[in-house]
Order: sequence, then C-alpha cells, then structure tokens
Amino acid sequence: MSGEAAVFARGLTRRFGDFTAVESLDLEVAGGEIFGFLGANGAGKTTAIRMLCGLLPPSGGEARVAGCRVGRDTGALKRRIGYMSQRFSLYEDLTVLENLEFFGGVYGLGRAELAARADELLPRLGLDAERGRLTGSLPLGYKQRLSLGCALAHRPRVLFLDEPTGGVDPVARRGFWDLIYEQAADGVTVFVTTHYMDEAEYCGRVSIMVQGRVVALDTPSGLKARTGGVDMQDVFLRLVDA
Amino acid sequence: MNRILAMAGKEFLHILRDRRSLAVALLMPLTMVLLYGAVIDMELRDLRVGVLDLDGGDRSRELLRAMTSSGFIVEAERLDGREAIEAGFRQGRLQAALVVPRGYGEDLARGGARVQVLVDGADASTAATVANYLQAVVALVNRDLLREAGLAAPFDVRTRVWFNPELVSARFVVPGLVALVLMMICALLTSIAITREKEAGTLEQILTTPVTPAQVIVGKVLPYVALGALDCAMVLLAGKWVFGVPMAGSWWLLAAYCLLFIVIALSLGLLISARSPSLRVAMMAALMVTMLPTMILSGFVFPIASMPGPLQVVCRLLPATHFLVVLRGIMLKGQAWFPVQTAALVVMAAVLLTLAIRSFRLRLE
Repeated sequence: MSGEAAVFARGLTRRFGDFTAVESLDLEVAGGEIFGFLGANGAGKTTAIRMLCGLLPPSGGEARVAGCRVGRDTGALKRRIGYMSQRFSLYEDLTVLENLEFFGGVYGLGRAELAARADELLPRLGLDAERGRLTGSLPLGYKQRLSLGCALAHRPRVLFLDEPTGGVDPVARRGFWDLIYEQAADGVTVFVTTHYMDEAEYCGRVSIMVQGRVVALDTPSGLKARTGGVDMQDVFLRLVDA
Repeated sequence: MNRILAMAGKEFLHILRDRRSLAVALLMPLTMVLLYGAVIDMELRDLRVGVLDLDGGDRSRELLRAMTSSGFIVEAERLDGREAIEAGFRQGRLQAALVVPRGYGEDLARGGARVQVLVDGADASTAATVANYLQAVVALVNRDLLREAGLAAPFDVRTRVWFNPELVSARFVVPGLVALVLMMICALLTSIAITREKEAGTLEQILTTPVTPAQVIVGKVLPYVALGALDCAMVLLAGKWVFGVPMAGSWWLLAAYCLLFIVIALSLGLLISARSPSLRVAMMAALMVTMLPTMILSGFVFPIASMPGPLQVVCRLLPATHFLVVLRGIMLKGQAWFPVQTAALVVMAAVLLTLAIRSFRLRLE
C-alpha cells in the first residue's frame, strides 16, 4: 500500500530547539480515505500538518503526499493539495466569487477555467445565491463552506482540514461533513483535525496524538474495542490521560 | 504570470473597496501640495514692529520712514518707553522693536551712530528672519546716507537668485512632497497591506498554494507602484498649475529617478512588514523610518547645512536627501547629471532590496 498511499510518513520529526513538536510520525492514508487526526491542543497536530503541506521543513524522517516528496518537490506538492485552516483565512472585503477566483488564480487557473469551476462549486457549496455578497457580511457557516471551496478550486488530490468546524453550529457542521463525504466519494483524500469527538466517528480511521507522538491509530470501532470506551469522547480521554 | 495577476487584481480590489483609505491616498497628496505650497512661505509679511524713538530728530524720522516704506511691516507702533517693548513682546503684540537712542542725529553727523534692534526670540525662526530683515533695512539706510555725503560705499552687495528668483516656496517644497508621497504610499501602505494579511492568516493560506514568495511580493506591490506613480503625477501637476513650479529638465529623467526611489521605498516597506510582529508595530515603524526622516532630515523644509555635524551624516544616509537634490536639480535647473546622488541611490536600492527579499523569504519559507 505504501506505493500508492495518498499521505505517507515514516519517522517524520520536527524539533524547535530543544523541543520536539512531532516525534517520529508514521502514517499511511489511502486515496479517498477520510482520516481523522486527533489530539489535544499543543499535541503537535498543526506542526505535522504544516510539514505535510510543505509549509515547514521536517527535521528528520521522510514523507510523501500525493506522490510528492515533502521538503523536495514542494511546488508539485502544493499544486496537488488543498489546505483549509481553522481561521477560514478569507478576504472579508472581497465577494464570495472574488475570493474563489483569487485562490483559483494563485493556483494558476485561467479565466475560463475559473468561471467554469465557480459555476460548478458554488451550487454544490450552497453559495450560488451569495456569489456577489461581501464575505465579511456572511454568517460563519457560509464562510466555512467558502473556505472549503477555495481549498478545492484547483481540484486537489489531498485535502488538509485543520479544525474546519470550529465555532460553527451543529447543523452547519453536519452539512459540512456531507460536503467532506462528497469529496471523498470523488476520490479526494481528506486529512482532518477536530476537537469534536462526534466528528471523529465520521472518519474512516483516526490517530490520536499526545505530546508529539501518535499513541493510537485505528478505525473508531477498533479503538473503542481496544480501550473499552463507549464513544470516541471516552476513548480520547482514556488515551490522553493515560 | 496568472498568479501575479491574481495577486495584483486582488490587491486592487482591496484598495478600491477601502474607500476611506483610497480617499486619503488620493486627497492627502493634493492637500499637502496646496497646504505646504501656501503655508511654508519663507518670507515674512505683516511684521509688527515697535519703534522707540528717543531722538525724535529729522534723521531718526528718515530712518523710520525707510523702514516702514518697504511694505513688509504693516504696523510700526510708536512706543513711549522701554517698558512698552517688553510689554509688547509679552502680549505678543510685537515681534521686534527698533530703538533709536537719544543723540542719534548728532552721532550720525559725527559718524558712529548706533541703533538697537530687539527681537522676540520665542519663535526662533521668525526671530532670525526679523533680525536679518531689520539689519538689511539699516544697511540700506547706511548706504543712502553715504551717497548723500558724496561718498561711495566701499563695496556693495547685489544678490540675484537663480532658478527661483522670487524665492517661491512652492518650487522648493513640491519636489520634497514627491519624495514624501512616494514614501507614504509605497513604504507605509505596502507594509500595512502585507502585515494585515499576515495577521488575518491569509498570507499562510497563500503560502499553501504553489505561488512563490517572489510572485507574492511582485503581485502585491504592483498596485501600490501604480498608486504611487499616480499620486506623484498629481503632486507635480498641481505644483505646476497652481504654483507655477517649473519643469526645466526632462520628464523621462524625472520618471526614471522616481522609479528608483519607488524601489527603495517598497524595499523599506517590505523590510518593515517582514520584521513587524503586528499591524500596529508596522504602522509605527513605517512612520518612524519613512515619513519622519523624510520630512525633517531630507532637506525638505529644514536646510541640512544648518544641522549639527553628526546629524548631517544621518541626513546623507537617507535616500530622500539624495532624491531631493536630484528632483530639484531636474525641475528647477534642468540638470541631467548627478553622479554622487545616482551612485548613492543605486547602492541604497540594491542593499535595501536584497535585505528586504532575504528577510521576507526567511519569514515565508
């Protein structure tokens, strides 16, 4: 499986001075899989994602994402991934369509391509009626979907979602996960971090990180069986406190 | 290329959407030309001078007439005692006083008469001008007296001012405003634009895309180059039409130097944004590093030659100082050859640009 894994890491490590933020991370995520990357705040999730996205060079180990070597083929890697951060990072003074066109544009899409992609994505995201609205005036749930759209504009093979549902109401979260399932069904690998343990149940497999190390990696049901937890919340607390 | 255009297009939208900042960016340079052109007048008019004539003879009256007939003194108030001078200064009614001592007429006939000029030094620059002015009037009276006595003055100074014969302050100030406006738009606005994006997290989002740092910088900076050039043109044209600031040299040469200065200003803006942890710090730093020195130390208003030695060295290290020499040379004198200034500006541009790109890359990669 290692040959065609969408995300592959072996001994991936990142140190900041004396502090080891990520210690010897081993992962294999298959194409089209939804992979939950869990851990308490400060456990090293964001550092790991930043390395996998080519934003931060690793201090050791190796990793491949969408067939590109992390730290080497950075340009090609960035073309094949989409990244959505917990801050939604949109331009509030631009309209919905302008945000989408801008992010598509920095991925190198031309005018005609951008227009076609917007016509396809906006209805799917439920944002077609808002295309001319200023992003700053949108409710948080809309911004979240637009942020996802911007990360999808260039049809990435791997989608990294860093706490994509923070601050959004349960209905909007459920709708957002429907969108994530749609992407996975299209063959996009989804690599997602979250603090909501009900969301962890939606993932194919999850890993749980504690102090820079992955302490467990399995399907949600496998983890529950192993730890004796009744739900993922219980599993998480047992593993993190252990 | 698509990517640079996407960056630049988005930045243009930011500028257009932020109506208030846009209005400031467009109106402030115009306002500055009109204000500075009209306000920074190196000449003094409407002086209020007190006169204490203790002699009261024909000769002293002649002196006073010569003084008041020049047109610069609106009001020559007759005083009746020394106390009135101090009272006038304290109340702000008088800026200077001329005291003609008792016996002035006789002393004059014998040779060796004296008059006293008293100046209120609270406003130092006015005081210096007033003192110079009154001394000049006295010298003029002296010359006439000698001629009357059939003697020629041993020598006679005749001053002619070239390139700006009427000493119109606008001609002096408008080139300085070009430097100020370019610094403001290119350094201040770019550093704000980049830092804002850093704070909003959008810069990191951009970095997850395949755009290179160079593309980010070029795309982001282009709209501000255009805005700076537009402002520059507005200042120059307003100076020309409203204040008759001449353009003796080549517009192309002027444009070329402006471009060189824009590179310097942009590099400063980039450096500031790369080093600043927050928008607030970036704004303060940009003001301190760009606007203040350009206004105070570049020779824009205050002559460098009259500054203390160490400060003059600092002045020489400022890009605006050299840029101003070039601008005034081209506009007022039609000069086309600036070896020292060109070398200084090119070196500064190269050093700052290298530093800016390096620290920006470090920050991004």
